[in-house]
Amino acid sequence: MKYTEEHEWLRAEGDVYVVGITEHATSQLGDLVFVELPEVGDTVAKDDEIVVIESVKAASDILAPIDGEITEVNTALADDPSLANSDAIGEGWFFKIRPSDASQLDDMMDEAAYKEMIG
Amino acid sequence: MTQLKETPLHALHVELGAKMVPFAGYDMPVQYPLGVLKEHQQTRAKAGLFDVSHMGQVVVKGATYADAAAGLETLIPIDILDLGEDRQRYGFFTNDDGGIEDDLMLANRGDHVFVVVNAACKEADIARMKAALEPDLSVTEITDRALLALQGPSAEAVLASLDERAAGMNFMDVATLDLNGIEAWVSRSGYTGEDGYEISVPADAAEALAKSLLAHPDVEAIGLGARDSLRLEAGLCLYGHDIDTTTSPVEGALTWAISKVRRAGGARAGGFPGASQIMAQMENGATRKRVGLLPEGRAPMREGVPLFASEDATDPIGAITSGGFGPTVGGPVAMGYVAKEHAALGTTVFGELRGKRQPLTLTKMPFTPANFKR
Repeated sequence: MKYTEEHEWLRAEGDVYVVGITEHATSQLGDLVFVELPEVGDTVAKDDEIVVIESVKAASDILAPIDGEITEVNTALADDPSLANSDAIGEGWFFKIRPSDASQLDDMMDEAAYKEMIG
Repeated sequence: MTQLKETPLHALHVELGAKMVPFAGYDMPVQYPLGVLKEHQQTRAKAGLFDVSHMGQVVVKGATYADAAAGLETLIPIDILDLGEDRQRYGFFTNDDGGIEDDLMLANRGDHVFVVVNAACKEADIARMKAALEPDLSVTEITDRALLALQGPSAEAVLASLDERAAGMNFMDVATLDLNGIEAWVSRSGYTGEDGYEISVPADAAEALAKSLLAHPDVEAIGLGARDSLRLEAGLCLYGHDIDTTTSPVEGALTWAISKVRRAGGARAGGFPGASQIMAQMENGATRKRVGLLPEGRAPMREGVPLFASEDATDPIGAITSGGFGPTVGGPVAMGYVAKEHAALGTTVFGELRGKRQPLTLTKMPFTPANFKR
């Protein structure tokens, strides 16, 4: 697993990466009530705002962690946003992305470094 | 930055694991470990205990109740003189332009009027009352009492287990109860759309009472986050958002609260700030109105979202003043102001969210049925 400073996690699955947000992030955001996902086939650039999430408190944007193409989105999450709270690194995934430049993963944190960042 | 004030229940909030945030100058619990959604559902299903000690508690007293009531009627367009003993009414301070300075609760407690005002406005409210009413009347802020709200369908059984007289009170009744030996000034009211009580107790007894109420299996501590979603579903205004100094009671759809006797043709018509503007609006209608709005999609639309008459109209016809996810409704709910031509129930308007226009339907409030003990 790789982690970004934006509290996203990336897990390799064949030639794509599954992306979601961490438990730390969902506990800070509170109960999620709305998720707007990108379209399958979208080509995105790192730091594009591609997902909107809303908790009971506020709206936030989720940024594309890398350049690439969206290959799948979690429609179950759009139907039931609480999955991100109950199973952040499992059922609560957001989208899958095929990287166009896999070297962008190199600078990301591993689990130990992420845990150190969130204290 | 000035130091945040703490309520008498501050240590208890911390002990319960609350997430504390600044609110109206106080360090207040926005949520407990249960979380906003479950706290909201808990209050609708069983009972929730809220700390509302940041609100202002004020005693207005004269030689008689009638003196105090008559004085307050010069600031508030409500029939306070004829309010029965041990009864409470909702009201508001108006200004010379017909706007609302604050909304409040007024109770006839025998020899005085007990006034509960919003935390953010309390200094101004007290200054306004002192300037207008002293020295003929005394205006005393009660700073040594906490204020708790116990809300939800189980509230009656819970409070009656401490003093059975609680069960005999009707909506908007007030009484002095004996809760574990504590003298409590209680009203059967609240701001969640549920049955319940607001309970004023001496500050040094507040924590013990709160713990005693929380010991009941049906009661959980509830933070400001759920308080906001509960009052929004109930269609109740949040001062400073849904009503303020620039919105009149007519625009704010609060005309129902203005007592007949204070309206045109009434025995004590007018005599409050902004009376001519407000009475003219009651006669001729206002140019805008506060309405309930149900977004058609799943996306919450929050305060500040502009509203348009159509998908391509250029100029907005209003804006959302409160909005979010309604856990009991199971979807987004909102309220806001629209121009009077667009204020009919059932009208579709469009909110602009992240650059896209999305439809909302003007809907009768409350969004969830009120469960008051009438």
